[in-house]
Amino acid sequence: MKKVLGIFGLLVAVFLITAMASDSFLKPYNMENLIRRTALFGIIGIGVAFVIITGGIDLSIGSVVCLIGCGFPFMVMELKWSVGLAVCVVILASLAIGLLHGTLVTKLRLQPFVVTLCGLLFYRGVTRGFTRDQTMGFRNELSGFRKIANGEIDIPGISLGIPMPCIILLIVAVLAGLFLNYTIYGRYLLALGRNEQAAKYSGINTDRMIIVAYVICSLLSGLGGMLFVLDVGSAQPSDFGNFYELYAIAAAVLGGCSLRGGEGYITGVIIGAALMQVLKNMINLIDAIPTNIEYAVIGAVILCGVATDEIVKRAAAKRKAAKEFEAAKAG
Amino acid sequence: MTANDPNGQELLEVRKVSKRFPGVRALHEVSLSMNEGEVVAVIGENGAGKSTLMKILAGVQTQDTGEILIDGKTVNLDSVEAALEHGVSLIHQELNLADNLDVGANIFLGREPLKGLFINRGKIHADARQYLEMVGLDVDPAMIVGDLTIGHQQMVEIAKALSVNSRILIMDEPTSSLSTKETESLFKVVKDLRSKGISVIYISHRLGEVKELADRVVVLRDGENAGELARKEINHDAMVKMMVGRDISQFYSRTQHEPGDVMLEVTDVRTPVHPAHKLSFKVRAGEIVGMAGLVGAGRTEMLQTVYGVTPALEGTIKVAGKDVQPQQPIDAIELGMVLAPEDRKQQGLVLEMSVRDNMSLASLRRDQNKGFLNRQKEREISAEMIAKMRVKTPTEHQIVQFLSGGNQQKVVLGKWLAMEPKVLLLDEPTRGIDVGAKQEIYKLMEELAGRGVAILFVSSEMEEVIGMSDRTLVMHEGRITGELNREDLSEESIMQLATGGTLN
Repeated sequence: MKKVLGIFGLLVAVFLITAMASDSFLKPYNMENLIRRTALFGIIGIGVAFVIITGGIDLSIGSVVCLIGCGFPFMVMELKWSVGLAVCVVILASLAIGLLHGTLVTKLRLQPFVVTLCGLLFYRGVTRGFTRDQTMGFRNELSGFRKIANGEIDIPGISLGIPMPCIILLIVAVLAGLFLNYTIYGRYLLALGRNEQAAKYSGINTDRMIIVAYVICSLLSGLGGMLFVLDVGSAQPSDFGNFYELYAIAAAVLGGCSLRGGEGYITGVIIGAALMQVLKNMINLIDAIPTNIEYAVIGAVILCGVATDEIVKRAAAKRKAAKEFEAAKAG
Repeated sequence: MTANDPNGQELLEVRKVSKRFPGVRALHEVSLSMNEGEVVAVIGENGAGKSTLMKILAGVQTQDTGEILIDGKTVNLDSVEAALEHGVSLIHQELNLADNLDVGANIFLGREPLKGLFINRGKIHADARQYLEMVGLDVDPAMIVGDLTIGHQQMVEIAKALSVNSRILIMDEPTSSLSTKETESLFKVVKDLRSKGISVIYISHRLGEVKELADRVVVLRDGENAGELARKEINHDAMVKMMVGRDISQFYSRTQHEPGDVMLEVTDVRTPVHPAHKLSFKVRAGEIVGMAGLVGAGRTEMLQTVYGVTPALEGTIKVAGKDVQPQQPIDAIELGMVLAPEDRKQQGLVLEMSVRDNMSLASLRRDQNKGFLNRQKEREISAEMIAKMRVKTPTEHQIVQFLSGGNQQKVVLGKWLAMEPKVLLLDEPTRGIDVGAKQEIYKLMEELAGRGVAILFVSSEMEEVIGMSDRTLVMHEGRITGELNREDLSEESIMQLATGGTLN
């Protein structure tokens, strides 16, 4: 918990600044939208956190979001498949992608960066191929099913409803937190992320656990892709999901996941995802900041956040050491 | 007892140096002096303060109080550069070479002679040759360091130290990864350097080496001077007594047990590393079997194959009568066979995790609650094992990295004892740990054997093999060259087999 306090402070600060600088920020419509985007990015952030905990990386998330985001409307609208069948195919396809990544990483010992970089290129290419680069959308159909992404649960008395993706994120987060912190498999992931050899010598099937991490990541990317397209209604194969892997990775890293592996906090990832969405929102709402420097602002804030965190951590360690030193002297 | 130079001038004098770390008194008024061309061994249990003292001399750390004098003048060794300037070089236990570069480039790393804008390769190689000659190493300076043996790499390190005109070489456990032959040539180099007036501070746990090499022994205990031994006073018992501060008459406590059923049976197993040789042997319940041989004889590889890290190419492995062809460690563990590996830090422990998390790592699966962690059981196991193994740690939450080598090894063993193994494989179980912890591990082995555990241990310490084994297997270049019973066991017989010879 302590490790995510700093990033939480940054979120609060950016939130307050934006609220003061812009009238429309706190409007229910904007808040709802902000929470919905946070939830969607939180879901894929939690996915990549599992891979990062094993010491790996997944660069293919954005393309998986594109594949599913275009593939789902393609199946329902072009192929006229039932929603149930399409959802099954989405799950199977995500599962297969995760299995493929995990197997290549563990059995062939390929580097995660390379494997998922190829995935990034491959899945987008495939999507652009089968859609012939045509935008895939639901037109006016499927509005009932789309409620799981763009609907909300009204709270009596307030004008603000809870967006559905927020509920889904909550379920995913609770399951992920339980898995990571309360099951032996979560402990295995944390242990092998720090030292794969020692974990293996201790009787942990490390290959299987790493594959599990990649499968979780791809499944959540697939879920994310489906929710993204259900939310906005249509997807263009050439740019749907572009850069989403970087948003997901940034959320995880901001949330305290170490790219060296062995460390990760689910609440941190969600806060990280929220921070990035608030930043984006801030850039859009505050007129003084030109919208086209969005990436520069996000990049700079993340860098500052991570650097400050490191500096504070070092100072705290130093203080602690000094205190112990005094105590030892006195004792 | 300080021997004086004919000129009355000591090369190095350490005067009442103290150093504290948070919560630890690492050094308390430690003094040490040495002359030109003297080999002084500094010994002591782990945590006695040896490495702190060496780091202060090499400029890696600075003392809180006390003085260091070189040539009678107070010097300020507050950085590695300052120490080098005063002629003090530290050769680390883990070598600090860039193994992708060639020998010459390593020797002159950071001080490359230039020809215009470019590195002058010709000069580097010519100069390197001269320093390599000084350490008697006959390799081409253009060879990539990674292609050299560990022993030769160490010589390159020494050559590098000589190239900056070091007068005091500090060697920290230099032989810990050398074969007997390499150790011998290292000794030759050290003696040679001594005759050239270079002084060596030699740190080792191997008392046999100290006895062979040292002109004087300085013993540290709990961060203080515990005494010194002059050349003629140096012997094993005197050193041990000074280090532990008590008499150890029964270092290896063995009683004979009636061996029970065969618990581990290896038949015609070929390992991927030495596929030409078939290995066969048996270990019975209650038996302690030693596995001797030179470094590189294939003993570790044999254990790794038996344990399933590198699965066997062919052959059968039976544990407690059950056939098992371990494809990965879990297959062996499930039948009650566990391994405490040679490389504690890489293979035995997750260094950044706590004592408790390491202790429970192997037993999580057995104690699970339908996939969920059984925290109650975890706490019980770690408390029980910390007490049983007498692990010195402030709490069970201490990060393992911060424990001494001996305590780390106890954590590894505790993890496995919690699994109540039938067959215990130990690879260099006492490497790099202090005398006190060593003795505790020997006692534990004896106790486990008494309870019917079959123990197979690999060790490069002859004394340990002779002291602890009921039976000894000797390996040479990937094959088992012989088996020795307790009555035939001697350093000579082991060496004979370990070098590929036969017993007549």
